[in-house]
This record gives sequence, C-alpha cells and structure tokens, in this order.
Amino acid sequence: MAETKPKPKLNKKAVEMAKQEPKVRAKNFKEVALGYTEAEAQEEASRCLTCPKPQCMTACPVEVPIPTFIKCIKEKKYAEGIAAIKTKNALPAVCGRVCPQEVQCQSKCVIGKMGDPISIGRLERFLADWERENGSQLPPKPTPTGKKVAVIGAGPAGLTVAADLIKQGHEVTEFEALHVGGGVLSYGIPEFRLPKAIVQNEVNYVQKLGVDLRLGNLIGRTHTIPELMKEGGYDAVFIGSGAGLPQFTGCPGENLGGIYSANEFLIRVNLMKGYLFPEYDTPIRIGKHVVVIGGGNVAMDCARCSMRLGSDVCLVYRRSRDELPARHEEIENAEEEGLVCKFLAAPVEFYGDERGWVKSMKAVCMELTEPDAKGRRGVKVIPDSEFTMEVDTVIIAIGQTPNPIIQRTTEGLQSDPRHGTITVNEVGKTSLDGVYAGGDVATGAATVISAMGAGKRAAKAMHEYLTNKK
Amino acid sequence: MVPHEKGERVPLTISGYDAKKGTVSFAFHEVGKTTKELGCYSEGQEILNVTGPLGNPSEIKKFGKVLCIGGSIMIAPLLLQVKAMKAAGNQVTTVLGARTKEAMIMEKEAKTLSDKVYVATDDGSYGNKGLDFLNDLLKKEKFDRCVVMGPVVMMRDVSAITKPFGIPTVVTLTPIMIDGMGMCGVCRVTVGGKMMFGCVDGPEFDGHQTNFEELILRQRTMLPEERLGSLLWETSGGCKCGGNKA
Ligand SMILES: Cc1cc2nc3c(=O)[nH]c(=O)nc-3n(C[C@H](O)[C@H](O)[C@H](O)COP(=O)(O)OP(=O)(O)OC[C@H]3O[C@@H](n4cnc5c(N)ncnc54)[C@H](O)[C@@H]3O)c2cc1C
Ligand code: FES
Repeated sequence: MAETKPKPKLNKKAVEMAKQEPKVRAKNFKEVALGYTEAEAQEEASRCLTCPKPQCMTACPVEVPIPTFIKCIKEKKYAEGIAAIKTKNALPAVCGRVCPQEVQCQSKCVIGKMGDPISIGRLERFLADWERENGSQLPPKPTPTGKKVAVIGAGPAGLTVAADLIKQGHEVTEFEALHVGGGVLSYGIPEFRLPKAIVQNEVNYVQKLGVDLRLGNLIGRTHTIPELMKEGGYDAVFIGSGAGLPQFTGCPGENLGGIYSANEFLIRVNLMKGYLFPEYDTPIRIGKHVVVIGGGNVAMDCARCSMRLGSDVCLVYRRSRDELPARHEEIENAEEEGLVCKFLAAPVEFYGDERGWVKSMKAVCMELTEPDAKGRRGVKVIPDSEFTMEVDTVIIAIGQTPNPIIQRTTEGLQSDPRHGTITVNEVGKTSLDGVYAGGDVATGAATVISAMGAGKRAAKAMHEYLTNKK
Repeated sequence: MVPHEKGERVPLTISGYDAKKGTVSFAFHEVGKTTKELGCYSEGQEILNVTGPLGNPSEIKKFGKVLCIGGSIMIAPLLLQVKAMKAAGNQVTTVLGARTKEAMIMEKEAKTLSDKVYVATDDGSYGNKGLDFLNDLLKKEKFDRCVVMGPVVMMRDVSAITKPFGIPTVVTLTPIMIDGMGMCGVCRVTVGGKMMFGCVDGPEFDGHQTNFEELILRQRTMLPEERLGSLLWETSGGCKCGGNKA
C-alpha cells in the first residue's frame, strides 16, 4: 500500500544536536552530546529521500539498512527501526556515537551534494537510546547446532562474532582478560563521549542472547588456543584481542614519573574511574601543564580528559592540522573546550626533577615533505629548531600495536613480525584450521565499525566452516 | 586481582596452590588501602575478579647448586620456587631476610624444603646482620644460579654481590602494575638498556642487567595518592569486618 504524498521541500540544513556548553562540559565527565529529542529526530528523518539505490549503505562497513530504519523513524515505528539496525549491527548505541560517519555513510548521502547530509549517526543513536529506555526485544531462539565456539576478547570485533554465531545456534563462550567487557569502548573511550552504562548495556544484550562471557581470562596465559580446541572441545576460535600495546617515543627520559602511555592514562581514568578517586581506589596524578603527544582519537581523548581533571593542555603533533587523524567532531569539541595545539613539532628528550618526576621537554620543529606516490606527506626535522617546554605531565598517544600474547603463545599462528598483526585472509581465516581473527589485532589500530565489519565477515566464514565440519 | 567494583587492580605473587581443591594462595603485607582492605575480608567473602596466572613461568630445571634468597613477605612465593628447584634435582641453599626477628616468617617451612638455610635481619636481632655475609659464603661455596625475591633494594644489593662472582641472578621485579597484560606500560623497566614490560616480559629478569634505581623511583610515583587513599580509608572507619583484626 504505497502512500502517495506530495514531495516534501528539501531542507538543506541538518537538525543540530544539543550539546553541553563548552565551559560547563570542560569541567565534567558527563556526556557532551545530548542526542535528538523525538521531534528533532522526526524532523531530521523527514529530510531523507529514501533513495531506491541508497549510496549510504554501500559506505557502511556492516551494511546497516539505513533508509529502512530512517523510514521507520518517520513512521514512528521505533521498535521496527531498531530491529532493522540490529539485523546488521549489534552495537548501534555505540556506533551512533563514535563512528566517523563523515567519511562513511554520510559521505555518500546524495543530499550531501546540495547541503548537509542526513545525520545518520544521530538517528541511529536516537533509535538505540529509545530502545534502551523502552526495553529491548530478543530475537527468537535458534535451534542448537551442537557446535562450540570460543571468542577471545569482548571488544567490538569479539562481541559481533559472538552475537552473530549465537544467533545461528552455535554455543559461544567469550573470554575477556579484563574484569569488564567492551574492549576499548570500556577502557579507552571516555565517559563523556561514550557513557559506560551504554557500553555495559550492549555487552548485556550479547549476554542475553546466550553468550557465556568469562571475564578475567587472559588467553595465552590462563588457557592457550590449542588447549581450548583440544581439551575445551571448541570447534572454532575467533581472536579479537585488539591493539592495546602502547608505543613509546624512545626519547631519553621517557621512564620518568608523570609520563604516561595513553593507555595507562585512559585505563586509570576510564576503566578504573580515577577521576572519582578517592571514592574509587585507583589514583591518577596529573599536573597543571600537560602535553599530549599525538593527533588521533586517542590523543584527543587524553587531552579532553586532562582538561576535565583541571589541567591546561597542549597537544603536540608532528604533522599539521589537515593531517590530524581524529574524528572532526572531536577536534572541534576539544578546541571549544580550550585545547591548544602545537603542530609540526615532536619531542626529543624529557628532563626530571630530583624525585624523578618530569619537569620539562625538549622538542624540535618539523616540516612536511612533498606528498609521496600515495599522496601521503612525510615529515622531516628542521635543523636547529629545538625548543623547551615546561611540563609536569606528558601523555604519549602515538599509537598502539596488537596485543602480542596470543601470537607468542600459539604455535603455528602466523603473524607479521614487524607490525605484530595476525595474518588473515579476506574472511579472517588465520594460518590455523578453525582459527579466525579480526579487528585491530589483524589490521592494527583502526575503528569500531571496521572491527565490527571484520567480525561480521569472520562470523559468516566460521558459520560455513562449522556447518561443513562433520 | 580486583577486590570490588570501586577497587584497584593489584598484582600479587602466587605463593601456593592446591590443584585438587582448586585453590591458590597469596601472601601480602597490609601496606596500602587495598591490601589493608583485603586483610579485612573474612573467610568466604567474595573478591570481584582474579585474573591469572599472568607473566612468564619461572625457569625451573636442574642447574646444580641454587641459592634462593627471599626477603620479607616475598619469602612465601620464594619457598614455592625452592620446592620446585629441589624437585628438579637441585641442591638448594635458602637465605631468609627480614627487618627484625619478629618479622621473620616461614623459617620452619624453609628448613624442611631446603638443604641449608641462613637467616639475616636488618637490625641483627636474629641471625646475620644484613646481607654482607653473602660475600663470605660465595667465596667459600660455588653456586650455579641465584634466585632473589624481595624488596627492590634487597634485590639490587644481592645482584651487586653476586655479579663479581659471575653467578646468573634472577630477580622478580615488582613495578606498579594495572592491567597486567601488556596494555598500559606502567610496569616498564629498563633491563640491559632496553624497555621491558614487567607484566608480560617478566616478572623475572637478569639482576645484573636491571636498572634498579629507575625502578625505585617509578615505584614511588603515586605514593602521595596511595597514602591519601589509605589514610582516608582508615579515618572513615577502615576495617568494617567486626574487629577480628588489630
Ligand atoms: C582512546 C581511543 C579512542 C578511540 N576512538 C574511536 C572513535 O571515536 N571511533 C572509532 O571508530 N574508533 C575509535 N577507536 C578505535 C576503536 O576503539 C578500535 O578500533 C576498536 O575498539 C577495535 O575493536 P577490537 O574488538 O578489535 O579490539 P578492542 O576493542 O581492543 O578489544 C579487544 C579486547 O580483547 C581483550 N584481550 C586482549 N588480549 C586478550 C587475551 N589474550 N585474552 C582475552 N582477552 C584479551 C582486551 O582486554 C579487549 O577487551 C579509539 C581507540 C582508542 C584507544
Ligand atoms: S601492567 Fe600494564 S602493561 Fe604491565
């Protein structure tokens, strides 16, 4: 029963999403972006043309049926809308908040050619938040296949594989080393960008599907993969152990007190709730003058946490503003909150006081070189350009490489000796029979949605493998 | 180990296990808030999360004559190694160190497990005074390996003593740790001029290559906060277990 409606006039401006005022939010850890109201979601959804050949979907790594869920919003069929998303994406409340939509779905939206693209992420978030308030529905229970799967790591990749395989009727056990699930979503991305209650809710959903989540299990130490397959009776294993090994600069003085890896800082602040010390037991010691080295999402998160803990923050990045790899929205947010950036500079040495605490940093100026064949610009040091900065806290956010324990303790599992990534084919199969891998551990640090995409592909391949295995 | 929702993650060395009963045991001094609090737990009370064992297993094999030196609370896990070294066919001499006579623990156990036992106290109230006697011992006897577990200062001093004698010396380093799985880097130590992570590359390292001074400074980085946490806990009533502890 197709309705015939007069064509709506195209509204080129997207509906803004309310945020906490910069001055206010720079002092608290509450969520910055407040989400659409129902009326705002209606208005934004009404801008969607429901294209018959939607381009947005082609740019989504997990192929969320975008026009379908937006149409559901227009028709106020919210439960149907969220169900449509969940056929493809088990973590919509997360993706609606942290996906780089500007380079994915929204970059292909046809309205984007004439004005603002549809705010797909915000609408996805609206439905996910609606569901959280109104209760979620579980899909019908599948018939058990009798096959057992072990999933290692409860980050986006692992949770996706677990959800997809349990829906196919396989028995799934998920082993997570930390004492909470969620991976980077729990220990890395701060509360003000992604509230932990939301992450927990998404983890709970996967558990409600029937996944047995076992916390405090570091695979490679507490059990090895061969043990899981031989003694544990698992028919297949998925490795989604992420990229959590912090990189350091190698500059002299880096082991002084007050110099944190981004991960240490974020784990103290987010996972262990150091910002609530002494109510929570894990302390975080931070000075007045904080320098964050790096320019990605991780660096932005460290900088914004530091400002919330009361410090002045200077971001030191070796390339220029145009090369900053962080999400655009977060760069804007951070600058509104008072972030100062020093571009084209890199540290050389750190100096400490008599108690071994950092007190200053020597740095050099850099310049961009001509773009290489791939169009990427390198950097080189400008001679005699050294300068010194007074600092009392330094946070090193120059990247993470894959957690190495599984690679070291699993015989026959091929990995790249230079990058530490586990070697996989296009569907995530590793060099071992029945063992699959995906997400940051296979690609190096990337994005939530790409980890989920890899999880989707691996889950499909694993299902085929399990079905054909006698 | 994470005691409860709001707790810290603290690293503890395993000092015993019973595979039949499925239990592990830990020995710790009540020094900060978390250990004081754990000390108040009553039998049967639940701990939020225990992950492990983490880190590399100790290298246990037949070396010949092994000198095992334990200080303070680390005597408990050391004796586990003594037992294993003995079982691997080594001749084991054990040295127990403590601040004072009263602080000495597990001497009887050490005697049953080892071929020979020496004791030493910082103040000389019991056995040898300090560890200088090791110099004489090493001049008299040849050892093929030395294992030290104890306070960092003690491990540093023992390593300095064994070095001229060329005895391979293994120390168990105890930097600050959070995740214990190689993700935060707070446990970084310098060994042989290279950055290593105590939790995944260790905990055992070559005592002759370890930069102990750096480790000592790094262990103290959160001291003011640790003291504050502990003090606040005590002034807010501290132990609420009903007073079965002093
Ligand atoms: C601070 C920060 C901010 C970010 N911001 C964004 C953003 O805004 N948008 C975006 O798209 N992406 C962002 N990212 C990247 C994104 O979070 C990751 O790409 C994504 O989480 C990778 O998912 P994963 O499942 O592969 O691994 P992870 O999320 O890292 O999860 C791996 C899990 O496996 C566990 N594990 C590791 N080893 C073992 C083992 N041996 N045994 C058992 N468990 C193990 C870990 O504890 C962890 O829970 C950010 C990353 C960081 C660090
Ligand atoms: S304790 Fe975090 S890396 Fe070792």
